[in-house]
Amino acid sequence: MTLRTAKGGRIDRTRAISFTFDGQRCQGFAGDTLASALLANGVHLVNRSFKYHRPRGIVSAGAEEPNALVTVIRDAARHTPNLRATQVELYDGLVAESQHRWPSLKFDVGAVTSLLSPFIPAGFYNKTFMWPRSAWKALYEPPIRKAAGLGIAPKLPDPDRYAQQFVHCDVLVVGAGPAGLAAALEAAAAGARVILCDEQQELGGSLLAERDASVEGQPVATWLESAVKTLGANPRVRLLPRTTAFGYFPHNHIGLCERITDHLASPGSQQPRERMWQVRAREVVLTTGAIERPLIFPGNDRPGVMLAGAGRTYANRYGTKVGERAVIVAGSDAAYAAALDLAAAGVTIVAIADVRTGNDGPAASAARAAGLPISTGNTVLGTTGKLHVSGIRLGRVASDGTVVPSVTHACDVVLMSGGYTPSVHLHSQSRGKLAWDDAFGGFVPAAAAERTRSAGNCRGVSGLAATLGDGAAAGAAAATAAGFAATGRTYAAQTLDADIRGTPGALAQPATPVPPAKAFVDFQNDVTTRDIALAQREGFESIEHIKRYTTTGMATDQGKTSGLNALAMVAASSDRRIPDVGLTTYRMPYTPVTFGSFAGVARGDQFDPVRKTPSHEWAVARGGVFEDVGLWKRTRFFPVGGENMHAAVDRECLAVRNSVGMFDASTLGKIEVVGKDAAEFLNRFYVNNWSSLAPGRARYGILLRDDGFVYDDGVIGRLAADRFHVTTTTGGAARVFGMMEDYLQTEWTDLSVWITSTTEQWAVVAVQGPKARDVLAKLVTGIDLSPAALPHMAIANGEICGVPLMLFRVSFSGELGFEVNVPADYGTMVWEAIHAAGQEFGITPYGTEAMHVLRAEKGYIIVGQDTDGTMTPDDAGVAWAIGKTKPDFIGKRGLTRPALTAPGRKQLVGLETIDPKVVLEEGAQVVDAPNRPIPFPMIGYVTSSYRSAALGRSIAMAAVANGRARMGETIWVAMPGGDIPVKVVSPVFYDPQGARINV
Amino acid sequence: MLLIECPYCGPRPELEFAYGGQAHIARPADPSKASDQEWLEFLYLRDNTRGLFAERWRHARGCGRFFNAIRDTTTDHFVVTYKAGEARPAPTAGGAR
Ligand SMILES: [Zn+2]
Repeated sequence: MTLRTAKGGRIDRTRAISFTFDGQRCQGFAGDTLASALLANGVHLVNRSFKYHRPRGIVSAGAEEPNALVTVIRDAARHTPNLRATQVELYDGLVAESQHRWPSLKFDVGAVTSLLSPFIPAGFYNKTFMWPRSAWKALYEPPIRKAAGLGIAPKLPDPDRYAQQFVHCDVLVVGAGPAGLAAALEAAAAGARVILCDEQQELGGSLLAERDASVEGQPVATWLESAVKTLGANPRVRLLPRTTAFGYFPHNHIGLCERITDHLASPGSQQPRERMWQVRAREVVLTTGAIERPLIFPGNDRPGVMLAGAGRTYANRYGTKVGERAVIVAGSDAAYAAALDLAAAGVTIVAIADVRTGNDGPAASAARAAGLPISTGNTVLGTTGKLHVSGIRLGRVASDGTVVPSVTHACDVVLMSGGYTPSVHLHSQSRGKLAWDDAFGGFVPAAAAERTRSAGNCRGVSGLAATLGDGAAAGAAAATAAGFAATGRTYAAQTLDADIRGTPGALAQPATPVPPAKAFVDFQNDVTTRDIALAQREGFESIEHIKRYTTTGMATDQGKTSGLNALAMVAASSDRRIPDVGLTTYRMPYTPVTFGSFAGVARGDQFDPVRKTPSHEWAVARGGVFEDVGLWKRTRFFPVGGENMHAAVDRECLAVRNSVGMFDASTLGKIEVVGKDAAEFLNRFYVNNWSSLAPGRARYGILLRDDGFVYDDGVIGRLAADRFHVTTTTGGAARVFGMMEDYLQTEWTDLSVWITSTTEQWAVVAVQGPKARDVLAKLVTGIDLSPAALPHMAIANGEICGVPLMLFRVSFSGELGFEVNVPADYGTMVWEAIHAAGQEFGITPYGTEAMHVLRAEKGYIIVGQDTDGTMTPDDAGVAWAIGKTKPDFIGKRGLTRPALTAPGRKQLVGLETIDPKVVLEEGAQVVDAPNRPIPFPMIGYVTSSYRSAALGRSIAMAAVANGRARMGETIWVAMPGGDIPVKVVSPVFYDPQGARINV
Repeated sequence: MLLIECPYCGPRPELEFAYGGQAHIARPADPSKASDQEWLEFLYLRDNTRGLFAERWRHARGCGRFFNAIRDTTTDHFVVTYKAGEARPAPTAGGAR
């Protein structure tokens, strides 16, 4: 650690910490960031750039870092790419690696793209790879993917836990620099519930990098300690260090991401890695500070060229000299503050080259008084050095604007300052307006769209006392707006108070620079001055277009260091003022946020709630194969003895046809409709006539929307004059319930009806097959199961296994069938009892796959599979269900629309392949002549297709134009391997007379 | 995430609600009397207002009630929420923040 200062800083020099960077063992101190520790070891080179693979060094000391993206590795799964080294806290044993280099950081093969760079101009993605299209996948994409892109994501699942918490407060203060601390103190003193968050490990912001300042007569560190103590002792205040406010969402909903264990050497398993706070704040105070701008000159991306304020922070806060011999390039008075502090730290100030014509700021005056070597009217023509800066070539700008070379300085670090840009990201994200502040030379927050206000540097207020006072005023205003009494206060502060303003844009260059070198506007996206100029020459005027064409300010950088410089360049070359060029939109997140913190516990089994039927565990124990239907887990089939699905489904179907099967139908949506107007409600709601349905009987109901298209279906039983048991499709339960509520609450308020979802209250076991009655007869009491007493579509109440039973005689298989409804808690017991009782008949549990085949053999439709939201009941072949004499029902008027009654509509028909072994593909297109040249018209598509064991052949249903008029015709199903001839038939393949159901 | 004032339950986060489209479009009392054009307009034509817009919401994961709201579509701020069946309140500029 050769570059440590003798003393000072906020590092703990008694606690040495060892870490590795690219396999090299290094030492730092507690309190260091990875960046400060690397710099203390003389390491600037930490990365290769995104597009050109140029060597890059640490530029900043904070969240705005565009270059120093590293991967931190704890183990194979804990492998976090794209962390800014300036924000990675050092811990013992930390392992970090540079990115974008192969085979090594110092010798990188990808850097040859630098040689090709004349051929990689702005918009190269957009134009070079436009043609031929096929070359993209094969030729261009693979090497680009390999060479570009940010870090590499780990391959293993994330083993860490992430917490999420919702929280309310009166005042949220974002940023704990001087303005934020003063705001929080003021709001807290007024009695408000306050949250103060800051992205750094320590609260204090810019105060942490002050060398010689005082507040209220105390040294700044002392004042800071007592301010944090005061806040920490207040039970209404929540302090959140290491917490980034990454997004500002509507209605003062702010997303905070708290990093809990990333800074610990041994995190243990007790704590989550991160916590996502979702704050709903009555009032917000944004004290997010300002970010220093780089200067734009050739070679400004060479490792060792840094922001001046960063050099100052490393010296004052981290006790680290960023070099031994510094040249300061001043585009702002702030550069002089850095020169003074570095000189105090023992760095030789070789020269201060001011790029302005005058320099009368307070810091410049102090530097002049200190005897530092200062000159004005400079520009920078280039830098020298291979992997690290070794010198800087300056030029002089004459009064007519011409540039001539002047002097070359040898140095090992260049510190630049173009002035500061207010950090308005969050204000802008909240849809607040921005206004150009001519006096400050930057965009500052204007009219807010939310209950929010900005204070301090982020709205162009500078100077320590003024910033503290501005923060206090904002904190008081926020507390007052939240209903507390507060007035604000002033602060006394002693500090140098450099003027942080500057002039954005590129430094003057000779008309024909020799040798030409790249001057970078956006380090992270490798955008140069020439790219911006090229975009303008090619006709891009809007800054939004220039941004996308050049990629400047995109990705994780979001224009933090580059935004205003790019705007100023566009303004200068198009003879506009910066505010007339406009601004690009700031997007969330402010800095990258892990997917883990967004996901929280919603991963793996917790991704969604899981709905299980009563037979679930039973099915699991018997090797049932499941499928997801919405949130439900449904058994698809029950393989026996190593059967594949086809064999299992064939066996299950034949069992139902020949003896008896059982099926868990509990997922059906169930709604109880009760009230004196229940029948009238259903008359208006479903197409059928419900007044004529006697209690104890059931009917197949069809629901349309008012456009006339089929929306849902299901059996509806009348339990009593004023009580109906409505069933819906498994997937449609919630939306049918919502639609019922909608009409009852907003259209038919005259009706006295209550609806209740009973889906989860009833377990349903479908017992289907010729022996179904024999099985149930062994278990059911209190119900006469004879065909005369309980015919098809009848309902009766009794008991099964001693528990209440609501028995529906219904069939979705075409066989004699019953649906056993019992209170859900008895479902498992009754399922097992039926299975046991059915053993003598070979009862066979079957899954959804067999259920689908059985119903298709009978031509029973499934809404959503055989219908697609544009089918009428007539199209689907179920128009018989419509109550013709009813004055109105939902969809009745819609059905008479011209398009719905026009000839040639697609109708549901059966298809039999000429080759009975061929099973069609669901979704395949139907055509009326084979093997025609493309394109040719489609006349329909296959909706359902299965092998039918009972029929010994394949069967299918299809929606075909004029389908019912085509009975017996041969048409074709178009497939890549050749068109398949099929015959149009009735969709009722099995037992067309329906004799088996009425036994 | 919006904060929406259910007239029955008070302010709740948006994720408890379902959006219901434009408000105050009553289903005709006797649809059979509607012309094809009138029925088309009832089914499909909706305003796309820039500014204050009366719309339906349902507190679907709360009390289940439908209600109406006036929201400024340029700012997402709600001016007022009111129960279904109540007349649309007189338009007010702006919107509470
Ligand atoms: Zn509610």
